[in-house]
Amino acid sequence: MTALAALIRRDMRIALRVGGGALIGVLFFLTVVVLMPFAVGPDLALLSRLGPAILWLGALLASLLTLDRLFMADHEDGSLDLITMSRTPLELACAAKALAHWLAAGLPLIVATPVLGLLLNLDMVATGAVALTLLAGTPALTFTGMIGAALAVTLHRGGLLMAVLVLPLSIPVLIFGVAASQAVIVGPMNFGAPFSILCALSLVSLVVGPFAAAASLRQGLD
Amino acid sequence: MTLIDLANPTRFLALTARLLPWLAAATIILLAIGLYQSANAPDDYQQGATVKIMFIHVPNAWLSMFVWGVMSIASLGTLVWRHPLADVAAKAAAPIGASFTFLALLTGSLWGRPMWGAYWEWDARLTSVLILFLMYLGLMALWRAVDDPSRAARAAAVLTLVGAINLPIIKFSVDWWNTLHQPASVMRMGGATLDKSFLIPLLVMAIAFTLLFVTLHLAAMRNEILRRRVRSLQMMQASQVAFSSEVGTGSREENATKEVGAA
Repeated sequence: MTALAALIRRDMRIALRVGGGALIGVLFFLTVVVLMPFAVGPDLALLSRLGPAILWLGALLASLLTLDRLFMADHEDGSLDLITMSRTPLELACAAKALAHWLAAGLPLIVATPVLGLLLNLDMVATGAVALTLLAGTPALTFTGMIGAALAVTLHRGGLLMAVLVLPLSIPVLIFGVAASQAVIVGPMNFGAPFSILCALSLVSLVVGPFAAAASLRQGLD
Repeated sequence: MTLIDLANPTRFLALTARLLPWLAAATIILLAIGLYQSANAPDDYQQGATVKIMFIHVPNAWLSMFVWGVMSIASLGTLVWRHPLADVAAKAAAPIGASFTFLALLTGSLWGRPMWGAYWEWDARLTSVLILFLMYLGLMALWRAVDDPSRAARAAAVLTLVGAINLPIIKFSVDWWNTLHQPASVMRMGGATLDKSFLIPLLVMAIAFTLLFVTLHLAAMRNEILRRRVRSLQMMQASQVAFSSEVGTGSREENATKEVGAA
C-alpha cells in the first residue's frame, strides 16, 4: 500500500514540476476551445448549443495528448523496469500510475471547464453539467488510454499509432458524456440514464485498463 | 490430431493443402445455391425487391463479429498457450474481417437509402459497427507498424481482447437502445420471427459466407507462413552475402535491411 502511495506521489511530483508537462494539456484544451469560434463563427447562440460537444472534444484530445508521457519517460530512464520487477502487482502499479496521471492531467481540465464555458456562452447549469460529466468520464479516457500508452511504449512507437488505437475505444465515452450534458441543457431526455452509463464505462475501464496495460507491458518489455 | 499438432507449420501446410480445394468447392456450391434461392425469394410486401440486400448484408454483419471472435480466441492462443500459429491466424483474419465489416456497412447504407431516406444514420448499431471497422483498421495499422512479428503479435493480441468488449455491445445494441435498426429476428429468445421463405436462403447464405471466411482465412494463413519463410530465407541470404564480401559490420546490417525492404 505504501509502495502504491509513494508511486502516486512520485508520479504527480514529476508531472507537476518543471519538465513534467501535465499542465500543457490544459493549455492545449484552452487552445482547442479558442480555435472553435474561428471555425464555426462567433455566433453566441450556436456556440452555446455546440458548447458541451466542443468542451468534450477538447478534453478528449487534451487527455490523448498527455497520455504519451504515462509510460514513455519511465521507460527511457529505466524506472519502468524497476516497477515491472517490484513485488507490487504490475496491475496495481499501472492503476496507481493512471490515477496519478488523471490527478495531474485530467483534474486540471475539469477545473478549467468553467472558464472555458464562459468563452462558449454556457450558463451556470450547463457548465456544471459539463464539468460533472467530465469528472465522471475522464477517468475512462485515462484508463482506456493507458492501454494504448502501454502498447506504444512496448512497440517504441508513440504518437499517431496510439491515437488510432485509443480513439475508437473512447467513442462510447464521448457519446454518453455529450448526451448527458445535452440532457441537462436542452432537456426532455433523462439525465440519469446516460450519466449512469458514463459512470459504468469509467468503472469498466478501471477494471479492464490496468489488466490490459499490465499484460502488454509484461509481454512487450523483454 | 489435436490443435497442438498443428503447431508445426509444415504439417499445417500439408493439411490445408489437402483441405482447401474441398472447402473452396463447398463454398462455391453453397454460395450458388444461396444466391439462387435469395434471387427467387418473394418480395417483401413493404420493402419490395430491396429486401434481397438482406441476404448479403446479414451474413456480412454476422461474419464481421464472428471474425473478431476468432481473432480473440487466436489472441488467447498467443498470450496464454503461445501457440505458434495463433498469431498467424490473428494476423490473417484482420483484413478479411475488415472487408466483411466494410461490406456490411456498404450494403446496409445501400438498403438504408430507399428505406430510411438516408445512406447513414447515427444509430446505435451502425455506430458500434463503424467503431468495429475502425478497430479493425487500427489493428492492421498496428501489425504494419512493427517489423518484429512476434512483438507485434502480443501487442495486437492485447488490443484484440480489449476490443472484444465491443461485440456484445453490437449484438445487444438494438435491444438496449430503441433505435432505427430493426431488432434481432433470427437469433433471439423464443425462435426466429422471420418467415421460412426468407429464413432458409438467409441461413444458406450465412453458412456459405462462413465457409468463405474459413477458406480465405486458411489460404491467408498459408500465405502468411510462406511469407515469413521467404523473409527469413532472405535475411539468411543477405547476411551470407554480407559476410562473404568482407565489408564492415555497419554496412552488413544496412544490406540486410535493404534486402528485406526490397521484398
